[in-house]
Amino acid sequence: MTPTEALLGDDPLWLIIVKVVVIFVFLMVMTLFMIWMERRVVGRMQQRPGPNRVGPFGLLQSLADGLKLAFKEDIQPAMADRWVYILAPIISAITAFTAFSVIPLGGEVSIFGEHTVLQITDLQVGVLVVLACSSLGVYGIVLSGWASGSPYPLLGSLRSAAQVISYEIALGMSIVAVVLYSGSLSTADIVAAQSRQWWFVFLLFPSFAVFCVSMVGETNRAPFDLPEAESELVGGFHTEYSSLKFALFFLAEYVNMVTVSAMATTLFLGGWHAPWPLAGGALDRGWWGPLWFIGKLLAFLFVFVWLRGTLPRMRYDQFMALGWKVLVPGSLVWIVLVSGARALRGAAVTPGEILVVGGFLLVILLVVAFLLPQRAPVERTREIVTAGSDYPLPPLDLVVPPSPPRRAAVGAGVPGTAASGNGAPPPRQEDGHGTA
Amino acid sequence: MIGLGETIAFWILGPLALAGGLAMVLARNAVHSALWLAQTMLCLGALYMVQQAPFLGFVQIIVYTGAIMMLFLFVLMLVGKESVDSVVEVLRGQRVAAALAGIGLAALLVSMLGRAFAGVTAVGLVKVNSTGGGNVANLGRSLYTDYLFPFELTSALLMTAAVGAMVLAFTERSKQGRLTQRERVEARIRGERPSPLPGPGVFATMNSVATPALLPDGSVAPESLSELLESTGRDRLDADVRSVVSAGAEPDARVLRGPVPPTAADQEEQK
Repeated sequence: MTPTEALLGDDPLWLIIVKVVVIFVFLMVMTLFMIWMERRVVGRMQQRPGPNRVGPFGLLQSLADGLKLAFKEDIQPAMADRWVYILAPIISAITAFTAFSVIPLGGEVSIFGEHTVLQITDLQVGVLVVLACSSLGVYGIVLSGWASGSPYPLLGSLRSAAQVISYEIALGMSIVAVVLYSGSLSTADIVAAQSRQWWFVFLLFPSFAVFCVSMVGETNRAPFDLPEAESELVGGFHTEYSSLKFALFFLAEYVNMVTVSAMATTLFLGGWHAPWPLAGGALDRGWWGPLWFIGKLLAFLFVFVWLRGTLPRMRYDQFMALGWKVLVPGSLVWIVLVSGARALRGAAVTPGEILVVGGFLLVILLVVAFLLPQRAPVERTREIVTAGSDYPLPPLDLVVPPSPPRRAAVGAGVPGTAASGNGAPPPRQEDGHGTA
Repeated sequence: MIGLGETIAFWILGPLALAGGLAMVLARNAVHSALWLAQTMLCLGALYMVQQAPFLGFVQIIVYTGAIMMLFLFVLMLVGKESVDSVVEVLRGQRVAAALAGIGLAALLVSMLGRAFAGVTAVGLVKVNSTGGGNVANLGRSLYTDYLFPFELTSALLMTAAVGAMVLAFTERSKQGRLTQRERVEARIRGERPSPLPGPGVFATMNSVATPALLPDGSVAPESLSELLESTGRDRLDADVRSVVSAGAEPDARVLRGPVPPTAADQEEQK
């Protein structure tokens, strides 16, 4: 049992309920605020004002939009799988909110005489809770795409399943180094470990970089928003959703963004502790914690918006290649380095020995690199590819190709279509679509 | 010794898990089956957590529910929504073999469980969870000391399976002779011609890709010629040329005057 877990263990029921409600309200308000901030910041980046009519600085715009969304007609497609269609947005929203329960927002405080910590719960395996919630959250996206009974959402959900599973591996690996240094999977312990030594962003910068990239992939945000790529898939997995069910997806996306940002803050930026000159001082305890925490959180959220405002969407194969060929092997190498450094720290090894062994390994690596045969230079031909290429080409003989037998059979009954066969386009059958 | 909380959790999660298992077998739709199975796995994960094995519980949820079931769903969704189970027996004697194997597995499980209930005294996890760094640290220690060899063997097995699947699924596609995206970008932006190629000429009579654009002096703009058409053997296009060619004194392959009546040579060819 971690110390924080012990401190939280004797919380009375009313305090737990108060904390849960406060976290829920916090996430809802953050969602509304994020939508407003996103529109304002992207507006500024595009040299236009953004929403500025409803409320001061347009702050109430997202509230108005939310109300409008709730009053829209709730449509269920005829092809939809009824229960799964309803279940999907619920799964998305619930897992998004649940993940926030292990995030420490502040240190020890006293609420109405009750000594506690600003955190709903602390587990020995707190970091895994966030990973588990994000891996369950994919069900929402995947099931919504399948249950909609329409091709574009299905494509979006397939993309999303592959994307989130791949990036979760990189995400999990980037956490390993943090866990090695803090010696615990509990979020409160990780924050405490960072207040004793350096923030892990300085100590473990490669882990931080991998975490940042994969958290954007994990939340389906630009430039990795392939599951809902509007230029390719209409709206992606939520194309067929409307009204409150769509609102739940919207909510889940923004809450997920807040959760992964909170996770990055907790794991790498010292959690609720104050930055360097103030660390350990009077401003670094009790109720000041949430201030620093939210400040760091907002910095991450701003970067999310910034990325969306500046980067074009990646191509799907490039995106998967980045995950599997750069992030995963990179984190593996980094974990080996970190574990090696930690193993050597206790042992009596002189820098000279490290240099000798390192130089020896380097020589072996160089010899192997020189022994590898070079690839033959690729000959580029200027031939035009006429068959089997990726590009649609007109038929070389400039004749409308004959109808496939199935269509010809259908068209045979209609005079002047398949029978004449010289130019009239064959009647369109429904076999061009509906293969979902 | 079972506490009150654990009893309540068991009586909620147990029936849910059992219902999930039954519904998985009985559901007609494959995706629904997979979802019921996910429910069973989720309940098992929660049960592990209640039984003081939080690490095992969350790993169960992350790995089984999150990754493995998701891959199942992935495949099922690719199969399609309307596909119906085929009841035709493809392998001979499959049902008999399946029934025998099922009975054997049931006998094995029952005897194993009976032995576990009768012959083993439960120790509980309190000692393991409270000494030497807690649940996770102790689990890691025994995994990498006492059980290192089975652990490595399992990972070797999984690795072999993954490599095998990749070898079976891999189709070699030569990228030789194809420009990469970067080379295309460089050719486009740093090449001799930053602007797009001129399109084919568009005249009142035709807008075929075979029509070249004309330069101000009336000559043909070479960039506007279709590489594909120009590199195609002349004889392969003869018939098309004939069908669009004018019957005038100066035959011009690039002027379309609508469908012309077939020439005598054409009619002979058809016979």
